[in-house]
Amino acid sequence: MRGQGWRRDVGVFWVLARAGFRRYSTYRLATFAGLVTNTVFGLIRASILLAALAAAGTTIAGYSDAQASSYVWWSQGLVASVGLFGWSEVSDRVRSGDIAVDFARPLDPQVAYLAGDLGRAALQALARGVPSVAVGALFFGVSAPQGPAVAALAVVSVLLGVVISFGCRYAVNLTSFWLIQNRGVQLVYMVASGFLAGLFVPVHWFPDWLLVVARCTPFPSMFQAPIDLLSGRAGLGEALPILGVQLAWAAGALALGQLLTRRGRRVLEVQGG
Amino acid sequence: MSAAPILALDRLTRVFRRRGGDPIRAVDGMTWAVTPGESVGYIGANGAGKSTTIKMLTGILRPTSGTVRTGGLDPLRRRRDVARRVGVVFGQRSQLWWDLPLRESFTILGAIHGLPREQVRRRSATLVEQLEMGDTLDMPVRQLSLGQRMRAEIAAALLHAPELLVLDEPTIGLDVLSKQRLREFLRAERAERGTTLLLTTHDMGDVERLCERILVVDHGNLAFDGSFPALAATVGAERVLVVDLAAPTPPLADVPRTRLLAVEGDGLRQRLAFDATATTAAAVLAAVSARAEVRDLTIEEPGIEDVVRRIYSASR
Amino acid sequence: MADLRTDLHAYRTLLTARVRAQTAYRVSFATDVLGTLLVGLTELAEVYVIFHNVPRLGGLTLAEALMLFALANISYSLADMLVGHLDTLPAFIRAGTVDAFYLRPLPLLAQLITSDISLRRFGRLGVGLVTFGIALRINEIGWSGRNVVVVGLAVLSGTAIVAALFVCASALQFFLVDASELTNGLVYGGAYASQNSTQVFPNPLRVLFTYVVPAAFVAYLPTVVLLDLPGATLLPAWLGWCSPLAAAVAWGVALLLWRAGTRHYQGAGG
Repeated sequence: MRGQGWRRDVGVFWVLARAGFRRYSTYRLATFAGLVTNTVFGLIRASILLAALAAAGTTIAGYSDAQASSYVWWSQGLVASVGLFGWSEVSDRVRSGDIAVDFARPLDPQVAYLAGDLGRAALQALARGVPSVAVGALFFGVSAPQGPAVAALAVVSVLLGVVISFGCRYAVNLTSFWLIQNRGVQLVYMVASGFLAGLFVPVHWFPDWLLVVARCTPFPSMFQAPIDLLSGRAGLGEALPILGVQLAWAAGALALGQLLTRRGRRVLEVQGG
Repeated sequence: MSAAPILALDRLTRVFRRRGGDPIRAVDGMTWAVTPGESVGYIGANGAGKSTTIKMLTGILRPTSGTVRTGGLDPLRRRRDVARRVGVVFGQRSQLWWDLPLRESFTILGAIHGLPREQVRRRSATLVEQLEMGDTLDMPVRQLSLGQRMRAEIAAALLHAPELLVLDEPTIGLDVLSKQRLREFLRAERAERGTTLLLTTHDMGDVERLCERILVVDHGNLAFDGSFPALAATVGAERVLVVDLAAPTPPLADVPRTRLLAVEGDGLRQRLAFDATATTAAAVLAAVSARAEVRDLTIEEPGIEDVVRRIYSASR
Repeated sequence: MADLRTDLHAYRTLLTARVRAQTAYRVSFATDVLGTLLVGLTELAEVYVIFHNVPRLGGLTLAEALMLFALANISYSLADMLVGHLDTLPAFIRAGTVDAFYLRPLPLLAQLITSDISLRRFGRLGVGLVTFGIALRINEIGWSGRNVVVVGLAVLSGTAIVAALFVCASALQFFLVDASELTNGLVYGGAYASQNSTQVFPNPLRVLFTYVVPAAFVAYLPTVVLLDLPGATLLPAWLGWCSPLAAAVAWGVALLLWRAGTRHYQGAGG
């Protein structure tokens, strides 16, 4: 009987993930538009980094021109999947009260949303990620992981990055239980997380003290880490420590989410849903 | 002084193109006019073209062909001038400022229409009194009940003293008492200021009590244009009495001046149609009670789809 | 003229009503302002991080880049405050609330613009203003008549250009209600480009961000003029005096797009 329950849960998880995938696949025009945006931003970021390298006259933190360009296009490919653009679905549902429906279901809300988010990430990796990297590869040249083993670990790293990002976004969304308007929190999270994750410049370019600050946050692990593996900057030796750190952050973020979910449930019960 | 029509449609047509389907002719070559001071009911089933017409006469939507003139002006080219002379109330959408006190909405609208502050104050005071809204002026609009909000919307639409008041499904969702009060207010407003009234609804009760003239629209075409008595005569003023009896009873086929429509639950519930001009619900009920014990009853009015159907069958 | 005066009075009434509504929620407002303040600081940090690694970027030293950052921030923040809420237009269209605007005797765009003013973005503007003060000091810019004119034109034109970009993005919503992403590319790409020295771009992109989307006119070109810097390929120094012209052209395009958008809305189905 207990074995049955476990398999059923996985089944439900898969169904929810597929639903998340399908939801985002209906926005066809938005997907194409997203590709255009991606390319524009990629061009701007590449220009900035290459100009910096030209001004430096040498490599910066081990990045050559080719590596900087690779970094830009891999990161443009991943930015939508990893969810660095902001996400307020759960916040909206808390504000409208619809969240009560989610809590009334037998499946833990965090697990349900995680499944949906993974589906979304998969869709956006295919619909926006792959084309973005293709554009980069076609016109600028993009470096690849150091061998098939690293490539496989890179995929796992991306997955972990999405999970970490989900955990953090979900927790930020849940602050809606306690803050009527959590718009300020959302905004700060989006901008700070993007910056510290290495969306503007590679984290490796940060001055030492800022690097320490960044390493104390989950953000580099959700973005810079998988990109390092994908762009071939990190090899097999560094892959395992990277994944280890990611795993730790993922666990932490999910645990925080669980805690907030329980507290949020109590808030609901007190308010009457 | 000859009355130029305040509303004139000439072969007005609006076609909607759909992806992967036939185009929909929401309004199909309609020609009619409204003279100042009339009260017109514009009725039809959902999707018959009522809201589309309203949108075209206010300049929200462009006609596919034909013309419409509101206050003698082309609403597309002279939208702002038309806006000054028309007041519109959408039953399902609010034009008020959601999180501000109602009083502020009036102030803002007064400023938008360029009305002197004193005039706004006086006019809103009058409207508030007539619509019995005194206690709601300082409440944020989002806290008003549906009935209060509808009255507020109407006051807002009348603030700038328009010549034409258009109401799109204004009594939807209102209880019987609120509907009645609203209808009385509109009647008084018309009597006092000669405001022309165009009311779209699919509540026949609104139409019967408020409108001197009725336009029935079906699938974008005008099916009927006349007075309510004329409509009743064409369509037949048939109502249905539904009785729930205390015990299973054989079909009541012999009740005078009625027609037995249906028998349900082995005779526990029976539906009797009767002509409202030939007899009354009370008389029919008395006749039924003489034959069986009545536990409960309902009276059904012909729905708008029935009315339309009968208009067409009557014209054959 | 009486018409214009009543219209302006109407706009002023609409805006003050919104100001009152916003400042009513004091705690939310405070956290919003704080949030945008942190956003401004993060953007400043981005400039700092680059210059930690190189002495010059796009022909500018850190001191000069700070001036560019300040001008870009001020223009963008002001435009965002006045017109940034236009990105809620798709929601209005879907809900049918846009129709209410058609029923009022004011131009549609003016109503939308005055329907809100985002005071909370003041936090970010604060960062820009302080940085401007610092940049004036470390670049040793005096308050000569010429400099006052340059700064004034820069801020006015820059705000106008960014606002025009927002209006273009909004106008496109009438055509592509679900494709706000496309407009993101235009608006935010242009805005992002305007916060950097246009010299970082290779020539094709310089043309795009100067002569197609006038991003260079927002901050880079005025900075060149203000600090008396040499021009660069395709970016002559005197272009910095043409910001008002660029703003006028940008608004011309924006209004054309807006008219096309509203005509499409009226034609397509309301």
